[in-house]
Amino acid sequence: MVQYIVRRLLYSIPVIIGVTLITFILLNVVPGDPVLEMVGKYADPEAIEQIREQLGLNDPLVVQYMRFLFNLLRGDLGKSFKTNLPVSKMIADTFPTTLKLALSSYLVAIVLGVSVGIISAVKQYSILDRSMMILALAGVSAPVFWVAVVAQLIFGLKLGWFPISGYYSFRHMILPAIVLGTRFAASIARYTRSALLDVIRQDYIRTARAKGLSERRVIFIHALKNAMIPVVTILGMQLSGLLTGSILTETVFAIPGLGRLSVWALSERDFPLVQGTVVFTAIVYILGNLIVDISYAFLNPRVRLK
Amino acid sequence: MAEKKATSLYADAFRRLRKNKAAMFGLIFVIFVVFVAIFAPLLAPADPNKIDLQNRLKPMGSPSRICRNGVYILGSDEYGRDILSRLIYGARVSLTVGVMTQLITTAIGVVIGSLAGYYGGVIDMVMMRIADMLFAFPELLFYIGMMFALGPGLTNMFIALSVIGWAGKARLVRSQVIYLKETEFVEAAKAQGFSDFRIIVKHILPNCMGPIIVSVSLGIPGAILAEAGLSFLGLGILPPTPSWGNMIRSASAYLRIQPWYAVWPGVVLMLATFAFNLLGDGLRDALDPRLKQ
Repeated sequence: MVQYIVRRLLYSIPVIIGVTLITFILLNVVPGDPVLEMVGKYADPEAIEQIREQLGLNDPLVVQYMRFLFNLLRGDLGKSFKTNLPVSKMIADTFPTTLKLALSSYLVAIVLGVSVGIISAVKQYSILDRSMMILALAGVSAPVFWVAVVAQLIFGLKLGWFPISGYYSFRHMILPAIVLGTRFAASIARYTRSALLDVIRQDYIRTARAKGLSERRVIFIHALKNAMIPVVTILGMQLSGLLTGSILTETVFAIPGLGRLSVWALSERDFPLVQGTVVFTAIVYILGNLIVDISYAFLNPRVRLK
Repeated sequence: MAEKKATSLYADAFRRLRKNKAAMFGLIFVIFVVFVAIFAPLLAPADPNKIDLQNRLKPMGSPSRICRNGVYILGSDEYGRDILSRLIYGARVSLTVGVMTQLITTAIGVVIGSLAGYYGGVIDMVMMRIADMLFAFPELLFYIGMMFALGPGLTNMFIALSVIGWAGKARLVRSQVIYLKETEFVEAAKAQGFSDFRIIVKHILPNCMGPIIVSVSLGIPGAILAEAGLSFLGLGILPPTPSWGNMIRSASAYLRIQPWYAVWPGVVLMLATFAFNLLGDGLRDALDPRLKQ
């Protein structure tokens, strides 16, 4: 097990380096001069040249990239052009909010998705099953930002149950968590259903039934545990959707999280901040996948042997 | 089975697809959307960019000076433009993005995937590591970065969505090719002395078509949603060109005055992606009967 974890950890290092490289290349093909964006068009050319020199923008790209990489290792992502605050601090200030949103959405997704999945599997091909699965597919098809806008409209403006923007109290957290969570509940439900249907046909389930165990015990104790293995993978696969979904959800609900920070950075054309948020989000994503892989190996010993 | 007729894979698959009601509904709606997009100028009651500032944000069914039928069927937007006409023209943007990105990514993915799978070795190593790195980004985040770098617009959208998209297709084709190149019919073709090119194109690729078709049909709604998301963030298709995503963006500022303005583009968007997803799911079941069992 330890060996597996070490191997996976080592493997993520080149991937992280690749991600920083791709981001760096991407932001360097951006037309327009970042310094001009920072100081404005009418600044003194000499002052511009001075700032370029200070920021090391006159060095060859390879040198700039290596510097970026080493600074990253020390946790230094440079300073924001607009606020002059360290990018790492701005990320550290906003990330906990995004994490809160992500975890509460996961919670909604798992509770809702697994329950719908179980009901669907146990009542396979019933009207309930069919309609829930169609609803789940519709849930996957609905764009999250639109669901967020409609939720604001109905539960915020019309019914007045929840505040529609900001993130100050528990009540502010409910609507975004439901909006983002329901979307993932849909695919969790679909996977729980098919995994459970798969497991139900196994011999050991027949044995459990033959022993005369109650149906409830068979499903919840024997079947569900094994059916959860693929569901864990789905949680991992959804991490990407969760991170990007939070960008859109935070934008709609004006939640001061990392997603909104990256959108703000884009609209302000704040290069260090864009670079920092993109690299940080990608690294979170890679590490999240790592955790999922490890817990997967934990749940399913066959993975480790490969 | 009373009689056994020899049927091709596709005839067989189509027969299974026809029995699947959900997939048929999807297919019909997809055809409907394509029809609307093609005949947009005939179907739209007004020019989608025609402005009437005296009739801004009118509710559904209000009289209109710019619509042929004299009524804003779905209301008007913040410039007094006809929402229905903009939705109809928006179908063009969504479909173009969906279809074009799938064409581009499939073309690249098939070439790279079959080379990597058939020859293995260094090509395979390099291609798959590049794919790994692209997969290390959350998709939308990568698109956002790309659109930021390239600037908004339809062509840039094709590029942004394709840069990641080919990798998934390449992986899919590669795994199929690796499996197929060990089969007996490919060995037989090799024994006949056929060139690698002929073996790949004539013998291996036709057998990969099933998974490719499924991946394209499920990729289209993905691309449509990505376009909508980017346009919603103001990075995709910019107004005045109507796109379902940028319409929701504009509408979210007028939720209190004209709530339906925000609802319609989303409904259309959801129905279209839903239809493509139903069709894709159905195609998967139809083309791979083993999954169903």
